[in-house]
Amino acid sequence: MGPSHPATHGTIKFNLKLDGEKVLDCDVEVGYLHRGFDKSCEQATWTQVIPYTDRLNYASPLINNVGYALAVEKLIGVETPPRCQYIRVIVSELSRIFDHLTCCGMSCSELGAITVGFYMIEARELIMRIMENLTGARLTVTYVRIGGLKHDLVHDFAEQVAQAFKTIRKLLTDCDHLLSRNRIFIDRMSNVGVISQETALNYSLTGPILRATGVNYDVRKAFPYLVYDQMDFAVPLGSKGDNYDRFVCRMQEIEQSMGIVEQALEKLPVGPVWIDDPRFVLPEKEKVYNSIEGLMHHFKIIMEGIHVPAGETYLAVEGGNGELGFYLVSDGGGRPYRIRVRPPCFIAMGAFHEMIKGYMVADIVPTFGMINMIGGECDR
Amino acid sequence: MSNANPRISYIREKLDSKIIEVQQAHGDDVLLLDRSGLRASFLVLKTDTQLGYDFLSDITAVDYWQKKEPRFEVVYQILSIMNHQRLRIRVPVPESDPTVESLTPLWRGANFLEREVWDLFGIRFIDHPDLRRILLYDEFQGFPLRKDYPVNLWQPRVPEREVAGTFVDERSHNKLLRLKKSLGGKI
Repeated sequence: MGPSHPATHGTIKFNLKLDGEKVLDCDVEVGYLHRGFDKSCEQATWTQVIPYTDRLNYASPLINNVGYALAVEKLIGVETPPRCQYIRVIVSELSRIFDHLTCCGMSCSELGAITVGFYMIEARELIMRIMENLTGARLTVTYVRIGGLKHDLVHDFAEQVAQAFKTIRKLLTDCDHLLSRNRIFIDRMSNVGVISQETALNYSLTGPILRATGVNYDVRKAFPYLVYDQMDFAVPLGSKGDNYDRFVCRMQEIEQSMGIVEQALEKLPVGPVWIDDPRFVLPEKEKVYNSIEGLMHHFKIIMEGIHVPAGETYLAVEGGNGELGFYLVSDGGGRPYRIRVRPPCFIAMGAFHEMIKGYMVADIVPTFGMINMIGGECDR
Repeated sequence: MSNANPRISYIREKLDSKIIEVQQAHGDDVLLLDRSGLRASFLVLKTDTQLGYDFLSDITAVDYWQKKEPRFEVVYQILSIMNHQRLRIRVPVPESDPTVESLTPLWRGANFLEREVWDLFGIRFIDHPDLRRILLYDEFQGFPLRKDYPVNLWQPRVPEREVAGTFVDERSHNKLLRLKKSLGGKI
């Protein structure tokens, strides 16, 4: 099945061993979208890596941006101002909503619930418009910088979000009515792709797949970064570890994320969004054109890249699909020595055969859908 | 410095002979372990009730070509879900014999991660059940994430291969031959 199959959104190949319609074994073949992310990063400066991270999980590019920037900042040993941290939380959560809507909407439409698919795409479009207004791009946003953000929020950001959330809540209620007690949907999702708690932990699964089995592990709670420790939110858990639980977890996380965004917008402090350090931050254009120091700083940062002290670090953030980790090694130069991304969906694909063994060929579609494999991140 | 940390001193006690060095890197606990008896060391970390590093987060490698001896380091990120503690383990591996014991008997999730390290770095994992390339194709020559692999090196295209039980279009093979001919063996 695959690598290009109409029912799987993503380039991936399943080598199946079948007994009629029943799946006896499955060997997953990934790598069709491999483009040498790690190797390309070693050629670029630290700042030039940010656009590459957009293209990892392209359903939540801002979380990748934030994760990478946080890892580099950890290596440098700086902390961004509070306003920047709040904005990073807001954009991360918006991305998470976007990611979950993509995952749930696509999976539903693959199961025949086209209406729900369209409703969720409509909700997603509202988030995307906010992102577009903020960053100037719909998908490849490149909004976060090392030591700050590209620019502050737009002036009517809070109103845009409030309006969008109002519509999204209505749309999600409609989706809920269409699905929650829908016999066809529950038959296809419930008790399919079941994975036990022990197996999930043994396979290093994270994110909604792990939480659907009842393990309370969310990086935002376990290892709080940014200002997540000041936010009030719950971690939705499942019990059975089947596709339906994963779906419900994701839908509840959307609600929680919307709550986080609203809290963060309420608490949003005033102040700068950049750290005050000319070694890492590009000077304002005014200074570049009118002073020799400004010009030199600009030139150095663009041509050589910022200098990150030698060392190594690992930092994980909660991505849409699970723990998104960055392992960075610097040799003290302007270019990274090694960048490794811990891709949550690559690891989830490693456990796919466990989820699908003993089920029908048709069950591959919802199970694969709920993993939300994003080729850009899986294959890098 | 790290002696003050009771957990680290406990690990020191448990894995005494295997530890090369204990480091603190930007607030992370880092352990340099000897690769002999690596699986046994991990078993201690995983099953010891006081430590309980029961979750394997990531496996990767770094190539310190002409910078450090031994050349490679395999890097493991493990964590304890209960105690919310992370630990990074680095295992130096020499170029002359790039092998490490596989962790698949302890964590089945290590399967894909170790395959990726083999694929990109050429480090073999002993006792791995299925050590094949994963991101790249079988005909690929060399290991691209090694530092001595040039970034702009081209590899020849491979003809479409027949997989048992699948239908392979003859025409695409002929098309590739024609393409090769027209380009004069440039691909």
